[in-house]
Amino acid sequence: MIRHALETVSVWAVPFLLVAIPFVGIIRKVKVYDAFVDGAKDGFNVAVKIIPFLVGILVAIGMFRASGAMDLLNAALKPLLQSTGFPAELVPLAVLRTLTGSGSLAFTTDLIKTYGPDSLLARMASTMYGSSETTFYVIAVYFGAVSVKRTRHAVPAALIGDLVAALATVAICTFMF
Amino acid sequence: MLNYIWFGLMAIALVVAAFNGTAAAVTTAAVDSAKTAVEIALGLIGIMTLWLGIMRIAEAAGLVTLLGRALRPLLRLLFPEVPAEHPANGAIVMSLAANMLGLSNAATPLGIKAMEELQTLNPEPETASNPMVTFMTLNTSGVQLIPSTMLGVLAAAGSRNPTAIIATSLVATFAGAVAAVLSAKLLQRFFPVARRQPEVAQ
Repeated sequence: MIRHALETVSVWAVPFLLVAIPFVGIIRKVKVYDAFVDGAKDGFNVAVKIIPFLVGILVAIGMFRASGAMDLLNAALKPLLQSTGFPAELVPLAVLRTLTGSGSLAFTTDLIKTYGPDSLLARMASTMYGSSETTFYVIAVYFGAVSVKRTRHAVPAALIGDLVAALATVAICTFMF
Repeated sequence: MLNYIWFGLMAIALVVAAFNGTAAAVTTAAVDSAKTAVEIALGLIGIMTLWLGIMRIAEAAGLVTLLGRALRPLLRLLFPEVPAEHPANGAIVMSLAANMLGLSNAATPLGIKAMEELQTLNPEPETASNPMVTFMTLNTSGVQLIPSTMLGVLAAAGSRNPTAIIATSLVATFAGAVAAVLSAKLLQRFFPVARRQPEVAQ
């Protein structure tokens, strides 16, 4: 019921906003088309400004993955995480999730196929995927768009959040299923 | 921080490649990743242009200010540095709402818009401000009400009950978001904004 309502909102939100915002503008005597074009002209520059930041981050992550260093990192993290009852099969996903969206999606899909879509591991993996974002991608895009180079505590704070989300995933799935 | 992580990822890749004999794969990955990054950025041009235009109308109509005012108590708690009537408030609300609804096409442009508004308040434009980092951690925790991508994958794989993960994802994502925001608040004092040396007048 709630889910159905939320899905309806998701489907209608964009077309609704695209009409409702200019509609309020018309009522408030805004020259809506002029305002739209004026604001929209920055779109190209913002996208181009992101390029150096995104190339930098994605190349470093791509090289790291291709070298096989990921396996070493997983091996190093495994004993640490396992002491908290974290399943070994999910350690690579926890790492991958912060680094690449497409990579972690492929890993999760694979795991679902291997263990079956209603297995505990599959549910943990999909919960983990669904409850987090590709941290380094978000950081590159958002800070890149405003040309911020010194990110201060953004990376450690975001990674702590990711770790807590991963641990919470295992805890809540163990409890629920 | 990012300097060391960035260099570290590549340096480790080189060392591990030497042991694994994966140098050719690393080369391909570097070239392909650079290409993918540009494609992603260029792919943003269309939706970026659309939402920045719509947001300008929303600003001119006073909607952004209104939205910021409506959620002022929450925003003051999360972003005490942002003044009450600043357009950053409304932009932050719009971006987080788009995230929660899973409107990924709108969420990125709106998030960037919010970052631009926060940048206007930032005394050191090359260094992240406290509200920027807090806002960023809310985004990296990916707060989403319905994990639609995963529901699709589970359904396609023949799950009998794909929606079982909605509740678990909600709990996990909120736990992550709370932890991320608390860390941002606790860590900010340990990462001071380095002031530039004042230039000596000649």
